[in-house]
Amino acid sequence: MRYMLMINNDESALAAMPIEKTQQMSAAYSAYTEALKKSGAWLAGERLRPTQATTSVRIADGKTNVIDGPYADTKEQLAGFYMIEAADIDTAIEWAARCPAASTGTVELRPIWEMADYLPKT
Amino acid sequence: MESRPEIARAAAEAAARQSYGKLVAWLAARTRDVAAAEDALADAFAAALERWPKSGVPEKPEAWLLAVARRRRVDAVRRRLTREAARDHLQLIAEEIEARMTDEELPDERLRLMFACAHPAIEPGVRAPLILQTVLGFDAATIASAFLVSPATMGQRLVRAKARIRETGIPFRVPERAELGERLDAVLEAIYAAFAEGWSDPAGTETRRRNLATEGIWLGRLVATLMPQEPEALGLLALMLFAEARRTARRSAEGDFVPLAEQDCDQWDRALIDEAEALLSHAAASGVVGRYQLEAAVQSAHAARRLTGRTDWPAIRALYDALFSIVGSPVVAINRAVALAETEGAMAGLAALYVLGDDKRLDEYQPYWAARAGLLAKLGQVPQASEAYDRAIGLERDPAVRRFLQGKRAALRN
Repeated sequence: MRYMLMINNDESALAAMPIEKTQQMSAAYSAYTEALKKSGAWLAGERLRPTQATTSVRIADGKTNVIDGPYADTKEQLAGFYMIEAADIDTAIEWAARCPAASTGTVELRPIWEMADYLPKT
Repeated sequence: MESRPEIARAAAEAAARQSYGKLVAWLAARTRDVAAAEDALADAFAAALERWPKSGVPEKPEAWLLAVARRRRVDAVRRRLTREAARDHLQLIAEEIEARMTDEELPDERLRLMFACAHPAIEPGVRAPLILQTVLGFDAATIASAFLVSPATMGQRLVRAKARIRETGIPFRVPERAELGERLDAVLEAIYAAFAEGWSDPAGTETRRRNLATEGIWLGRLVATLMPQEPEALGLLALMLFAEARRTARRSAEGDFVPLAEQDCDQWDRALIDEAEALLSHAAASGVVGRYQLEAAVQSAHAARRLTGRTDWPAIRALYDALFSIVGSPVVAINRAVALAETEGAMAGLAALYVLGDDKRLDEYQPYWAARAGLLAKLGQVPQASEAYDRAIGLERDPAVRRFLQGKRAALRN
């Protein structure tokens, strides 16, 4: 099964982090990504720019609303993602627990809804 | 003499009772689709109830039911797959797997299913009900009444949990030793909940609830057999067997409630007590003490009265002390207070109970008020005792126990 690991972090806490710690964390993420790739679980993964670079778009009453900022204003924000291949949720949970973000924020885990499972059968 | 259709119906129901969980677990093991497995099985049971009264009960009812359920499911898969020409080879694979399974012994997947239901990705409150439904085949309404939730709410939660098993990829497997703790707890808790709910209906008038006790023991045996190295699994089975051994002694011939202290030991089931003692000593050999072993040890101390003619209250009090340090629930604290009253006098017991009085959950907990009333009565505090009996009587749902409490209250005035 394919799973999406969504990394949610407290941005302001990360921004206030001293430079050595930031470097340490980058190294941890590199090692983690490498481990994912070596195991064959890695499908995709990227880091996202902070929410100050976010733009939210929604069409209401036929008008396009463009808002400066994230969709939901919460303490933790989506900061990056990985897409992995795992046999079942236990394997996916193991990978999520190894992700450096699991110790600083929250890693949300969601199975991909495969197109073949929801497209109408013809 | 029962008529043939009735015998066939009884055979079908017995097969349902004994094989439901096994068949659901087997059918859902690879697809993880518990709901679809239950649907296929429901069709198979319907077919059995229609056919067996005419053609007779097959030699292997379980195999018959499985064959029909599997055919239903293969049909469903085939219908889906044939629409997708590119997946022709998948159909072949599916058929091949199904064909191969026919010749093999039906593997017992029940324990794996129970652990799937107890998975941390499943909402804690629905784990035990889910086990009761998928492994025992209880309907949502029965489970709802046991867990004090509306049938609609329970039905919704169960459907959601089954969808989660399928969609999030919860595996059917017995967890590794390291992760067993939390999940075994949920499994044992479900079993104990089933048993306790059934046991609290001592008259056995409600057959559904009576079944819960029997099924609790059956599940306890299953887990204890499959995990004989887990002391708490053995402890829970011992605990249930001790309690079950006293079932008939809890009512007089007239149907009146008989409290433990006044029960006729000769009415206790010796074989069950012996089995429970053996399990408990086996569990104790592991050197790891847990709540179920301690509760079973309390039961064992009570059961010893049949040999010694007296109850070893200091031992029981020590066990409740230990239990309280592990569980710390107000329910344990009440039992501890009762043991305290037996060893150090009613005043000490009452003092321990009064400390608990701040816990609002106890306002509606009958045993608290009954214990309080009994101790106040011993101390001759008639008005307070009678008030506490009133609370206990008002909270009791079992008519026999209510009559018993009313009798105690009436005796106060003499």
